[in-house]
Amino acid sequence: MSSVILQGATRLLVALILLFSVYMLMRGHNLPGGGFIAGLIASAAFVLYALAWSLQEARAALRVSPVKLAAIGALLSLASAVPGLLKGFPPFTGLWLFIGGGEGDKGIPISTVLLFDVGIYLAVLGAVLALFFTIEVD
Amino acid sequence: MGWLLALPFLLPIATGLFALGARRKPRRARTISLLGCVGLFVIVVIIFVRVIDEGTIAAQMGNWPAPFGITLVADRLSAIMLLLAGLVGLAVAIFAQADVDLRREVLGFQGFYQLLLAGVCGSFVTGDLFNLYVWFEVMLIASFALLILGGERAQLDGGIKYVALNLVSTLFMLMAIGMVYGLTGTLNLAALHTALAQVEQPAALHMLAVLLIVAFGIKAALFPLYFWLPASYHVPPVAVTAVFAGLLTKVGVYALIRTFTLIFPADFSFAHDLLLIAALLTMLSGVIGAASQYEFRKILAFHIISQIGFLVLGLALFSPLALAGSIFYMVHNIVAKTNLLLISGTARRMTGSFNLAEIGGLYRVSPVLAAVFFIAAFSLAGFPPLSGFWAKLMLVSASLEQAAYWVAAIALITGALTLFSMSKIWSEAFWKPHPTGEARSLTSLTVTERIQRMLPALLLVAITLGLGLFPQPLIQFCETAAKELLDPAGYVATVLPSRGG
Repeated sequence: MSSVILQGATRLLVALILLFSVYMLMRGHNLPGGGFIAGLIASAAFVLYALAWSLQEARAALRVSPVKLAAIGALLSLASAVPGLLKGFPPFTGLWLFIGGGEGDKGIPISTVLLFDVGIYLAVLGAVLALFFTIEVD
Repeated sequence: MGWLLALPFLLPIATGLFALGARRKPRRARTISLLGCVGLFVIVVIIFVRVIDEGTIAAQMGNWPAPFGITLVADRLSAIMLLLAGLVGLAVAIFAQADVDLRREVLGFQGFYQLLLAGVCGSFVTGDLFNLYVWFEVMLIASFALLILGGERAQLDGGIKYVALNLVSTLFMLMAIGMVYGLTGTLNLAALHTALAQVEQPAALHMLAVLLIVAFGIKAALFPLYFWLPASYHVPPVAVTAVFAGLLTKVGVYALIRTFTLIFPADFSFAHDLLLIAALLTMLSGVIGAASQYEFRKILAFHIISQIGFLVLGLALFSPLALAGSIFYMVHNIVAKTNLLLISGTARRMTGSFNLAEIGGLYRVSPVLAAVFFIAAFSLAGFPPLSGFWAKLMLVSASLEQAAYWVAAIALITGALTLFSMSKIWSEAFWKPHPTGEARSLTSLTVTERIQRMLPALLLVAITLGLGLFPQPLIQFCETAAKELLDPAGYVATVLPSRGG
């Protein structure tokens, strides 16, 4: 399918959708959202890109193979359990690291929960795109 | 403690990821997968020993107290199911080294196999209804991939039927979960034990029971929801059928036992009557279906259904002896059934087909294989002194205890018909001469392949024999497990210490 309108709109939309997926990922910490749904949204961006341009271009835009992305994501999620192990807590206990804290300011909180969510995000993105790319070839 | 209970699913997931990463180097992927299965077996043995020593153990994931976080619980039922999952996982992983072809391994067989084990173990260890659903999904994805891996026409046909019907089951389960949450505000199984007893809406409870029976009944292949099983179990490689037969349907039965002993009130006779009728019809229709088949693996597939009936029968009768019988039957059945399917794979390797009309002469060329089949098959039919005899004895005496004579009669008829099918396989595949030429003997295989094919079969048959000759320790264990199930106060107190049970 090559439609100038779709292709023009896609350029804008893909960037917006990807940005929105990151927003959902971050928002999911305390509100509805999170890695799973954000990963689905991000994969929708790549699916749209593939429909507007071509499968090859979408693959090229992703840069890494989707299966590899899924595996890396799953490993990241598993890795988020490790800090808890080292500190002697049950698996997947949320642990925080505060970067650049000052007086009255805790700094930027980086948590194992975020790591887990980012892992899920990549795993879902990779898995959905792996399926989509396979089906589209046929 | 938390790590010990999380490892049965964390380890297979990690193993699976590494095996998937190494799938283009099949030898390495195989080694990773095999090591993972050995590790899993060690872990489940440790859990089993701890549960026997200390009783029910629980862990709160992420340090969130129950009922807010996800709880992992292992009581005696979970522990024995985990042990069986580890055992079958290891046995089939060894067998798969000889049985699964290189093409499927490159496509990621080992990775999906490990993911399936993760789903099975996760289901056995979780103490949360929604988490159970998640593990069911993990199992569904992994089993679908294993079914269609290789992409043969028959595989896709069977795979579509399998996944379509299982999605229906998933849908029912989700609806039930939504209802439970709406009624009680919790999904923690231990918290539901008290919460659901306070719900004063019999109509809602009945509806919930039916939804869960349908959802888990499809997974367990219960009458009349089993038709996906014969449509799909004969298409993938034998190793896949073996692990499906050994574990997948049993997870459905486990979920039924868990929910109907723990979360529903014990005097819920509506559900027990429903389960009893379904169980009896499952036993009969499965065994009659098997009698009409003329293919090694299809006969065994229909027998899976018939055996599911026995497992559910113990739950439906709902007495200590009946539940203990159910658990004993589960152990016996998983070991014997997996073994029979492994043997059917080796028999095909020797003779070239699953079709009983085209094969034969196995007894003459490999008496060892014949002996292993004989023991496993007659154990399945319930011959003394093999493990199936004690399992059936417990269930039949439990039904006589309740004066349910016709239940006992149906169980015995099913046993007789099972014997008919098993003798058919015996006389056709093993006894009669090969119709065209000669069956290969085991010695014609390479030493490695012989070990990979026969070691798991011999291991499993040794367990069948051991359980048959010395059933007492397991019977005692099952009776304690049944007592725990019928009086969940200990389970609830372990998960929710603040409520004091």
